Amino acid sequence: MKKKLLSAVIAGFMVATPVMAELTFSALSYRTGAYGNNGIPFADGYLDYFTLLQERDGGIGGESIKVIECETAYNTEKGVECYEATKGEGVLSYSPLSTGITYQLIPKVTADGIALHTMGYGRTSAKNGQIFRNVFNFPANYWDGASVGIKHLLDINGGDIKGKKIALVYHNSAYGKEPIRTLEELSKKHGYELTLLPVDHPGQEQKSQWLQIRREKPDYVLMWGWGVMNPVAIQEAVNIRYPMENFIGVWWSGSENDVLPAGAKATGYKALAFHAVNSDFPIFDDMKKYVVDAGKAAGAGDQVGTVLYNRGMYNAMLVSEAARTAQAIAGKSNISQADMIKGFEALEMTDEKMAALGLAGFGPSFSVSCENHGGDGMVAVAQWDAGAGKWNVVSDFQASDMSVIQPLIDEDSGAFAAENKLSPNCD
Amino acid sequence: MFYREAGDFSKTYREDSQTFPIRFDRYRYYAVLLIAFAIIPFFLNDYWVNAIFLPFLIYSIAAIGLNILTGYCGQVSLGTGGFMAVGAYATYKLMTSFPEVSMVVHILLAGGITAFVGVLFGLPSLRIKGFYLAVATLAAQFFLVWLFNRVPWFYNNSASGQINSPERTLLGVPITGANTEPWAVYLFCLVFVALSAVIARNLTRGAMGRKWMAIRDMDIAAEIIGVNPLTAKLSAFAISSFFVGVSGALFFSVYLGAVEVGEVFGINKSFLVLFMIIIGGLGSIFGSFAGAAFLVLLPVLLKNVLVTGLGWPTDIAAHLEFMIVGGLIIVFLIMEPHGIAQLWRIAKEKLRLWPFPH
Repeated sequence: MKKKLLSAVIAGFMVATPVMAELTFSALSYRTGAYGNNGIPFADGYLDYFTLLQERDGGIGGESIKVIECETAYNTEKGVECYEATKGEGVLSYSPLSTGITYQLIPKVTADGIALHTMGYGRTSAKNGQIFRNVFNFPANYWDGASVGIKHLLDINGGDIKGKKIALVYHNSAYGKEPIRTLEELSKKHGYELTLLPVDHPGQEQKSQWLQIRREKPDYVLMWGWGVMNPVAIQEAVNIRYPMENFIGVWWSGSENDVLPAGAKATGYKALAFHAVNSDFPIFDDMKKYVVDAGKAAGAGDQVGTVLYNRGMYNAMLVSEAARTAQAIAGKSNISQADMIKGFEALEMTDEKMAALGLAGFGPSFSVSCENHGGDGMVAVAQWDAGAGKWNVVSDFQASDMSVIQPLIDEDSGAFAAENKLSPNCD
Repeated sequence: MFYREAGDFSKTYREDSQTFPIRFDRYRYYAVLLIAFAIIPFFLNDYWVNAIFLPFLIYSIAAIGLNILTGYCGQVSLGTGGFMAVGAYATYKLMTSFPEVSMVVHILLAGGITAFVGVLFGLPSLRIKGFYLAVATLAAQFFLVWLFNRVPWFYNNSASGQINSPERTLLGVPITGANTEPWAVYLFCLVFVALSAVIARNLTRGAMGRKWMAIRDMDIAAEIIGVNPLTAKLSAFAISSFFVGVSGALFFSVYLGAVEVGEVFGINKSFLVLFMIIIGGLGSIFGSFAGAAFLVLLPVLLKNVLVTGLGWPTDIAAHLEFMIVGGLIIVFLIMEPHGIAQLWRIAKEKLRLWPFPH
């Protein structure tokens, strides 16, 4: 009995032996904790897209797909555990959906030679692919978001925001601090005043920050929030009667879950977006037919078509297209981890490709190269309409101000290279 | 039968006062050391080291540190996370400012800096006790986390506020950074754990430990018999913080490699380490290890059994994990309020009489 128990315990700690016969992807998701309300739709979309490929097309390029889900609870220690537990199974790419975990994984994936795709989060300077060889953050990053947010303010103010007061309400973590440098540089260029208002994890307590906003009456409020911090901030903004159309969140603060709790008063709240935020695409018919109606949807299956579900799906689509590209380059369907990195690096998303996938106009067209791992940074602004219960894209997709961002990327990636004694190269 | 003092004669005072007076215990101790140092390193892979051994070893040091303060000296502290952060940020500043100096020196220095900070925050303990002291140390926790978030000097002005440990080698073998070998980081931490345990055990057996325990059991009586509360309490704070600082330094530099202070060294960490020593056993070095093992290994074990073994959805498994670990903590505290260490003590008492209990 004792022996049996001991062997069961040992077996419990062991991870299964690697099976390389299929394309393995990982979903480091979080469905619990203070960030679960945002983690669930993203994880569902990510898993459902792979299920769709498996059910409809039999996988990617004839290879079946295996996705290993691992719960991180947005916690870096659990993220490391998940990474170590899954990497032995030949995982082709990681998408941890957490900037903190991304920082943990960058050195690890570099040492292990595995691709890391952080779509719209993570370390912004990973855009410089000559230094971050296997980290990808296309199609847009935080600094693009900050820049386009300011561009939007320029647009609605006729090109002049000199002397305007802009407050940044941010999650007091690596994630929330990312846009600060860019916003400071932009404030030198455009002459606005920037106020920084950090909100500590998990973000339920924001009374003092919003009291300060009520007192100082900034013209615009930007927000870098995630998880429970988002609905609380929007509710607080409603409570102090802050004009919602002057309140702009980053794409991680712009889902239905964030605005619905504040009810009708949330109408007018804006959020950035780097992909479509509605469900009028042909792919959703297939999704319904092959995944939802077949009872194979991930989670509760009730998130289809929401903003974060779309983002998870978009992420899975980009990863699977990169795998397809890798298969074309390698000339075989059973690609290795090294092939996958090449696939990411040669990925081209054209409008025709998107249309063929049933996602015409879902996101901008872009191409990845070794020099540019971050795409073109095309970002639009969406606005919430509580009456209709949906997000509407109210601006065009526009490119960020690279004249400000590029020097910052060079500086930050250069610092990383110096710290780790890397020399930029593309071979 | 084999577990008893009878027949094991001490011929010198030294032998008479050794840590493990029973021969079987001594051999068991050497066997554990032998397995840990000479056998386990050959069977390690990245998963075992990064998911199981490193967290277990490093939390053990933190638990030993807190046990000295709370378990032996009776001063409740909720500032462990903050003190671990001091250790982590001290190593980061040291290892980026003096890259040529050995990591061992940096980690010991980080422990020293934490000891100094610990004494500063321990000063109120001379005036306040119990819950009030807990609140004062809670203030240390929040202040330190706030400080490391607020002052860019601590994170070398990096844009994200994260600290990242660059690669450092010891005798030519990398022990921090991405290109480490599992056995190297394991042995590096194990040396610190073994030394911490030996030092802590001997401190608590000696005059200093007796002073701490006198203060814990009744501070007025201790003062009357000649224990100086000032030196006793502050030495407990200093030594406890030293170990906690060392564990924070290892936690950042060897285990995680990148740290965000609010998330990694938040109030949750303080509670986690406190739970470790409560479940493991207050005032016991073995209890520190047992508590760390319980709270580090059990969630990993449950996750692997439920998700990898039974194939359950990850969210259900995660919620169930909370319920099972929480339930076990309550069961443990009801059935054995003195922790796992007490079970161990009872087992040893029974073993003395075995196999003829009557």
